Amino acid sequence: MDPSFILMQFLSGLMMATLLFLVASGLTLIFGVGNVFNFAHGSFYMIGAYLAFQVVSSCHANFWLSVLAAALGAGALGMFAEATFLRRIYGRSQEGGFQILLTYSFILIIDDLVKLIWGTEYKSLQRPEGFKGAVNFFGLTIPSYNLAIIGIGILVVVVAWLILSRTRPGRIARAAALDREMLGSLGINVPLTMTLVFGIATAMGGFAGALAAPLRSVSPGAGIEVIIDSLIVVVIGGMGNFWGAWLGALILGEVNAFAIATAPDWASLFSYLVMALTLIFKPEGIFSSRRVRKV
Amino acid sequence: MKTPEAIKEFGFWSLFFLIFGLAPILDNSEYHLMLATHILIWGMFAVAFNMLFGVTGMLSFGQALYYGVGAYSVGLLVRGFGDTWFLPSIIVGLLVAVAVSVLLGLLVIRVSGVYFTVLTLAFGQLAWQVTLKWYHFTGGDDGIQSIIPPGLLGNNRVYYWFTLALVALSILALKRLVNSPLGLTLRCIRQNPERVRFLGRRVRRNELRVYVVSSFFAALAGCLMAGADNSIHPDMFYWTTSGEVILMAVIGGIGQFFGPFIGAAVIIIIQDYVGARTEYWSLIIGLIMMTMVLLFPQGLVGEIRSLRTRLVSGERNRS
Amino acid sequence: MDAILTLDSVTKSFGGLRVTSGVSFSIDRGSISAIIGPNGAGKTSLFNEITGYLKPDSGRIIFQGAEITNLSTREIVARGMGRAFQVTSFFPEETVLDNVRVACLSRMDLTRKSIKSVSRFTKATDRAVSILESLGLDKYAKRPAFELAHGDQKLLDIGIALGIEPKMLLLDEPTAGMSPEERLLTRNLIQKLWKEFNLTLLFIEHDMDTVFGIAQTVRVLQTGRLLAEGTPEEIRNNPEVVTAYLGEEVF
Repeated sequence: MDPSFILMQFLSGLMMATLLFLVASGLTLIFGVGNVFNFAHGSFYMIGAYLAFQVVSSCHANFWLSVLAAALGAGALGMFAEATFLRRIYGRSQEGGFQILLTYSFILIIDDLVKLIWGTEYKSLQRPEGFKGAVNFFGLTIPSYNLAIIGIGILVVVVAWLILSRTRPGRIARAAALDREMLGSLGINVPLTMTLVFGIATAMGGFAGALAAPLRSVSPGAGIEVIIDSLIVVVIGGMGNFWGAWLGALILGEVNAFAIATAPDWASLFSYLVMALTLIFKPEGIFSSRRVRKV
Repeated sequence: MKTPEAIKEFGFWSLFFLIFGLAPILDNSEYHLMLATHILIWGMFAVAFNMLFGVTGMLSFGQALYYGVGAYSVGLLVRGFGDTWFLPSIIVGLLVAVAVSVLLGLLVIRVSGVYFTVLTLAFGQLAWQVTLKWYHFTGGDDGIQSIIPPGLLGNNRVYYWFTLALVALSILALKRLVNSPLGLTLRCIRQNPERVRFLGRRVRRNELRVYVVSSFFAALAGCLMAGADNSIHPDMFYWTTSGEVILMAVIGGIGQFFGPFIGAAVIIIIQDYVGARTEYWSLIIGLIMMTMVLLFPQGLVGEIRSLRTRLVSGERNRS
Repeated sequence: MDAILTLDSVTKSFGGLRVTSGVSFSIDRGSISAIIGPNGAGKTSLFNEITGYLKPDSGRIIFQGAEITNLSTREIVARGMGRAFQVTSFFPEETVLDNVRVACLSRMDLTRKSIKSVSRFTKATDRAVSILESLGLDKYAKRPAFELAHGDQKLLDIGIALGIEPKMLLLDEPTAGMSPEERLLTRNLIQKLWKEFNLTLLFIEHDMDTVFGIAQTVRVLQTGRLLAEGTPEEIRNNPEVVTAYLGEEVF
């Protein structure tokens, strides 16, 4: 196979992986720290894309500002949803099942609200100034926006790593992943922490959605596709594990990129294949931080 | 011995046969006949789904897979070999569903809780995508039309009685299963799987059993629906189909055997009433789902029951 | 007397922590004995290893003449090992009768053979009722188990274990959380069940009146090691045990 073809697909896979990672890391964060499974995480991604579109088209704002606004908006909505609804079912018997049902209702409601506000047509965004062209990379023409996304992904990984390992909130987040009750006994305001973490997680979803808006047009119903991809990522990597999300995204992004180039019609089936193989050989995911296999 | 459970069962069946037996005789409307057929089929589907969620505690978000398998077995065989294949194709559909559910079940029961839900969802979506993309075989987005059951079954009224009989038998079988030692074991698995291991039982083996049983009846629902609507489409595999059956169970009450059937009737009637007036159907079911989960987690049947228990014990306390 | 259960230098660690360290002992068929020791001594871990819930890193466990070290919980239970739990373990939404009946049905291997209603299985039902009578829980048979008082729930846990007709029964702190009066009743009840069901009983207990009142043999565990083994009298007078665990105030 042509090496430049391989490099091209590899870079395209890396870009997909970055977007997948940005979405999935939010999903895995709230699951790992708060033990909440947010089925509607993809809907916050979708909201991010729409908010970015709205800010650009109505305020003629700078693209990067609109991305920031989208992340903040999705985060605020996430905090509202957690504090108003989700909080009420913590600790109920069969909580896991009810979390899924409640966040499933978010998907349905958000889908239609988006339809009400923005209509059913596809929306897309212009690439930002300065990233409309392409750059030459070892003789290949790569859209500069793709490289920008990869760069942002690397930045997020570094920042997240610094926060988790060097700061007090990061340590609290890691402690919460170990024991919710212990945190309470340390005098930490657990409900507030949960709301904040939920906000950060949904903001990351919105952030990814806004970044992806110039690449993939968005329409109501996008949430479910995104959630399934993110789920595959976290199943491969190990649910609740930050580095697992990174590895899962990388695997899925690359598998997708090469599959699209070779068998475009069946590309999405390869994702499922990878997931099925993971399940057969390592059902707890590659980096598992907890036991999911039944004893 | 007349236990409250036996009285409830008697009540359900009397109402069931009163309504579904008399309605088509008293009411001549073809449209109402179709609604009643839909309620029967979805009701059975919801009761079978609840064997997983309400009884055993396994929330599957992928039962649409088996519903679709049933529907497409009937559709493809009737399209390929003619309408005489209608009845045999139901049997084929059920066999395929059992085979698929055993193989897939061995994979998905390896994990529990949220992971189980996610996996069943993912495999359901996989089936949907295959159906959509394998155009030559499945007809892709167009689905398959004019699936007319042969002979007398081609008559909507006869088909209704056929459906009624199969649904009644299926629900009866599931009810007996719930009351049987296996049903008791499954309920115990939901409440305390560790303890079930200490009774010398295999938890996963029993989970696989109920997964196959539930999938079998989901496929039967799909088969019957193919004949009732005379057409099938890939959305029968789509995740919203699984979501709808979950909603029916939650509305009726996951802790009650007959609850999901009542839930199916409620949803289909609301859908019929509201669906014609607004395009925001998913907003409505989303709000219903949210209300049920937050305020009435026991479902309509369960809440009515506990309200009655409270009233009765309140009276007893006063006297 | 012959041994029903033999542990041969059983060892288990988690990371660097040794929860069981070369423990060896034999238990006579038909005996009643206790395991005592401070919190964290590895008593419950030892039960977990005996019941196949944890796999020892090394050593052998022999039950009824056959090695069970690497068997699953299900297989060990099928060979006649029963267990009641420290954190009471039962099926809260089922009736008290069904809690025990499911165990009896499991024992008779009837949980998948037929879709007759559970109440039609008269042998299993009769057996469940007679167990409830022995425990004094028959008056609550139709009530859901979560409605029982804590002490009765502990008894129900034992009842479920009896339902599988064990040859040997492990009880993990049967009197924990009980009032002194309830403890006395439970102590007598355990002794009664031991005779009535021809059991070999091994129990973990912190209440010294119960331990010294009914155990024929007492074993002391400390940091995963078997510190001492002997009759209640010997243990009471063992200076090592007294300094390590019992302390002065007991006597």
